[in-house]
Amino acid sequence: KFVCNIGSGNRKMATYILLLLFAGAFSTCEMAIYDVIAEPAEAYELPDLPYQYTELEPNIDEQTLEVHHQGHHRSYTDKMNSALAEWREEEPSNDFARSSILEILRNVEQIPDRWQTAIKNNGGGYVNHILYWATMCPAPEAISSNLKSAIERSFGSFENFKEQFTSTAKSLFGSGYVWLCEDDNSRLFILTSANQDSPVSKGLYPILVIDIWEHAYYLKHQYRRPDYVTSWWNVACWQEVEKLQEFWHSDGSKVQPQQIWRPHM
Amino acid sequence: MLSAVRRLSNSVTVVAKSGILRQKHTLPALPYGYNDLEPTISGDIMQLHHQKHHATYVNNLNKVEEQLKDCVDSGNVSGVIGLQSAIKFNGGGHINHSIFWENLSPNGGGEPEGALKSAIEKDFGSVDAFRTTLSTNTIAIQGSGWGWLGYNKETGRLQITTCANQDPLQGTTGLVPLFGIDVWEHAYYLQYKNVRPDYVKAIWDIVNWKDVTDRYQQVIGN
Repeated sequence: KFVCNIGSGNRKMATYILLLLFAGAFSTCEMAIYDVIAEPAEAYELPDLPYQYTELEPNIDEQTLEVHHQGHHRSYTDKMNSALAEWREEEPSNDFARSSILEILRNVEQIPDRWQTAIKNNGGGYVNHILYWATMCPAPEAISSNLKSAIERSFGSFENFKEQFTSTAKSLFGSGYVWLCEDDNSRLFILTSANQDSPVSKGLYPILVIDIWEHAYYLKHQYRRPDYVTSWWNVACWQEVEKLQEFWHSDGSKVQPQQIWRPHM
Repeated sequence: MLSAVRRLSNSVTVVAKSGILRQKHTLPALPYGYNDLEPTISGDIMQLHHQKHHATYVNNLNKVEEQLKDCVDSGNVSGVIGLQSAIKFNGGGHINHSIFWENLSPNGGGEPEGALKSAIEKDFGSVDAFRTTLSTNTIAIQGSGWGWLGYNKETGRLQITTCANQDPLQGTTGLVPLFGIDVWEHAYYLQYKNVRPDYVKAIWDIVNWKDVTDRYQQVIGN
């Protein structure tokens, strides 16, 4: 039982300070949707979107967000978990099998053949969609001068970058993604991936992404992919791009020694 | 008769360039109305699939063949090589969809008969086993692609395989296409959304066994 011997004025101050501390603690604990990918887990959950299904309207429609998240992303999550469970059961002393999905995808060629395709496709689907959700938002802010300079250094101008990204997105054939990635030398460049292949498997740090699979836009735009790409730019979220950049730069994305999932004994 | 005349007048548009005549590819008409494959495939999907997606492959194929001709004429080998993927995408898209429209019919479904049925039973055990294998393999395609029943001229056997994107079956594997199932999302998404298995299951209700048999007879007859 908390007993307070201070006077009423100081009690108000104490309450105020406690509230501030609590708020401060809460904000430093705030999870980004992609934090989970760097954590080892027995089974991964489908994370909630950082916004409601209605909140990206009119640029991305509610029905697409719901089916995309609850249908496609959930399916990748479940199949990834099954494949991981099966692999771990078959190879009980393989520590690599128990590392985070990010670490596993970074070393995809080390996954035994039997599960490699399933984990690459479904683990890739799990992670790629998380990054797609993360870099959209209902209220994008203007790009920061830091990030703009970085883009200018790599592409000559922001307009050049946007034009190149857009034309790549319009012309990509089949299913896949278009990415803005950073490398270990802090250079930014545009990359495409087919199906659920992920730039993390190439040792890169993706900071912005558009999903070009037809399911990402067909309900609203049908064959008119260029209209989808135009709408997507309206929700591409520069402040989230910078936070994701920070995530890759910080230790959050790096595996710690001994950081594997172990079953409770 | 009228449709044959219409097809003929649609199919030949001759372009004279450098004195060499070249036929442009044209979008084939469907053998049925857009709504005629309902409830299996909706009229909306059929119309978009034919008038937009297939038409785009045809238009782009014509453009890229013009570019190819220019590169060949000017001895630009590097340019020729650079066009290969666009030729495969758009040419494959045109070939695949032209087969697909004929593989389906409002009067389709049921069971194969005669020589085709015997061949299926010989090479897959039973018609059910064949259907299950083609369905399972087609559903499992990652991303965009097609599931195929093909004929292997070297072994004289029927074979099931899948192709990615618009890779044409014969051009990339040598198998002669008999029946293809398009599982690009545009083929089913407006109606079936993410539930691809339901679409693949339903398509058996409209498979045009007569067309599949004709293709089989043609390849074994040769």
